[in-house]
Amino acid sequence: MTRAQKVGLLALVAVLLLWPAFGASDATVSVLADAGIFVVLALGLNVVVGFAGLLDLGYAAFFAIGAYTYGMLASPQFGLHLPFWVLLLVGGTLAALFGLLLGAPTLRLHGDYLAIVTLGFGEIVPQVFQNLTKWTGGPNGIGGLDFPSFFGGSFGLRALPYYYVTLAVIALTILGVRNLRASRLGRSWAAIREDELAARHMGIDTTRAKLSAFAIGASFSGVAGVIYAAKLSLVSPELFQFQVSVLIVSMLVLGGMGNIFGVIVGSLLLSLVNFVVLPQANGIANALHIHVDFGAYHFFLYGAILIGIMLFRPAGLFPDRRRKEELHHATVVAEP
Amino acid sequence: MNALLQISGVSKRFGKLVALDDVSVEVGTGSITAIIGPNGAGKSSLFNTVTGVYRPDGGEIRFDGSRIDGLPTWKIARAGIARTFQNIRLFRFLSATDNLMAGAHARLRAGIVGAFLHTPPERREEKALRERARQMLAFAGLENVAGADAGSLPYGSQRRLEIARALMSEPKLLLLDEPAAGMNPVEKTALANWLREIRDRGTTLALIEHDMALVMQSCERITVLDHGERIAEGTPAEIRANERVIEAYLGAPA
Repeated sequence: MTRAQKVGLLALVAVLLLWPAFGASDATVSVLADAGIFVVLALGLNVVVGFAGLLDLGYAAFFAIGAYTYGMLASPQFGLHLPFWVLLLVGGTLAALFGLLLGAPTLRLHGDYLAIVTLGFGEIVPQVFQNLTKWTGGPNGIGGLDFPSFFGGSFGLRALPYYYVTLAVIALTILGVRNLRASRLGRSWAAIREDELAARHMGIDTTRAKLSAFAIGASFSGVAGVIYAAKLSLVSPELFQFQVSVLIVSMLVLGGMGNIFGVIVGSLLLSLVNFVVLPQANGIANALHIHVDFGAYHFFLYGAILIGIMLFRPAGLFPDRRRKEELHHATVVAEP
Repeated sequence: MNALLQISGVSKRFGKLVALDDVSVEVGTGSITAIIGPNGAGKSSLFNTVTGVYRPDGGEIRFDGSRIDGLPTWKIARAGIARTFQNIRLFRFLSATDNLMAGAHARLRAGIVGAFLHTPPERREEKALRERARQMLAFAGLENVAGADAGSLPYGSQRRLEIARALMSEPKLLLLDEPAAGMNPVEKTALANWLREIRDRGTTLALIEHDMALVMQSCERITVLDHGERIAEGTPAEIRANERVIEAYLGAPA
């Protein structure tokens, strides 16, 4: 990093830490905390899809597993009240284990076939949570989850503590994925993405490398799920439907798969659309006596964004250099 | 001469097509051995069987004293067999340096935790690796293209880079599938010299090659395959005089 970049980064961190002190409303902070949770999700999915090249359409399942970990272990549901900070690790670990569970049967699958299986997994998990009524509260989910506390001070209903927790997790996630990308494991993912047969000839255990990608990617999602559940003080199956997976994939596509900065921008932009533009669009329309429920057009909007990106910037807003060239190559040369 | 690689009676069938029929080949430690034969003779199939891409239907393969047939490719690679491919399989969109660093995978230790936390041992390993990659680029005469995408390099350089990538795993045995294909005469001579240099550094070589000048000049032993069968084995002089070989290449006399 150059000196100028370091100064810029420090300034950015200072702004992110301090601005809520200058009269930001709780609602604004809350939206930003939610957006931050999606940044973590997008960065985690980027490990699987962007780095290792494994299309995962069921990523929200791990988000659900993290959230339900908190829901079941820090609530009146079973009378268990484990601390939030411990459950962050437990949720991440459990999600990673389920990542392995999903990864194992899909290792021989590529591209479309893999996507279909992950999609199925993404459907199964919320269904299971919905139907295990005895443990998970069924369709109603579990409410009244514990408020986390920090050195004796309860987070309460305010969004600010969650905002800071999310910022810290984002910072650790960025560091972690940057390290991974430049590591032996990151190189083996790049090698597998480009030529799996050649990768095996380098002594890369492709099974293990792919499972690592699934597990690591899932663990970020699990951690995000714990924060999300604690912040809402509620978990229910409909929070983790297929559309959440689609939303996260859309963030990657919009920002630029594989590129960490691009993925962050993509997730912030779509969060802006999702949490700010769409809710307000309804308000504005109602004020004008136009009765259109813009919320019902979520999917239409993602579809339009994805089509637009595919037409004008097929590798995303901030394409990863390698991924862009791979994509270009794939469309120009018909590979066997 | 003791054999580093011992292929004994290996067969491989694809449906009714017999790719390899009871083939035996020995590659002596420290030698440069050629495997030649007309197109479709089973040469690449033999390499693919040795490196575990194909599982042999019969026979056994011993490397450095242990059975390797049936092992997965990555284990065979870690045991010390590296290779190049007939149709170059570099990581096209990685830089030349990154290709070499990926090639050293088998010789590195860093695991998930080291990678994730960028721990001091991982840092040291990566630093040493980068230095080794730099030296290897110089050894391959590619120091000027360290940062270039592998796929953007001229053909001859890609061939050399692929060999260099294979060498990064410090193999005992290096299998080269038509290393001189597409090279001009100057490049071929340089390649022949380089291959001898590689051998003198302690790597045993086995190569598939159509360029007879290169084979006769560089190789100590030659095995000839035709229609999946071994039809001859010997020194270059013996092979040149072998009637079955001449027949396989030129057709039987009318």
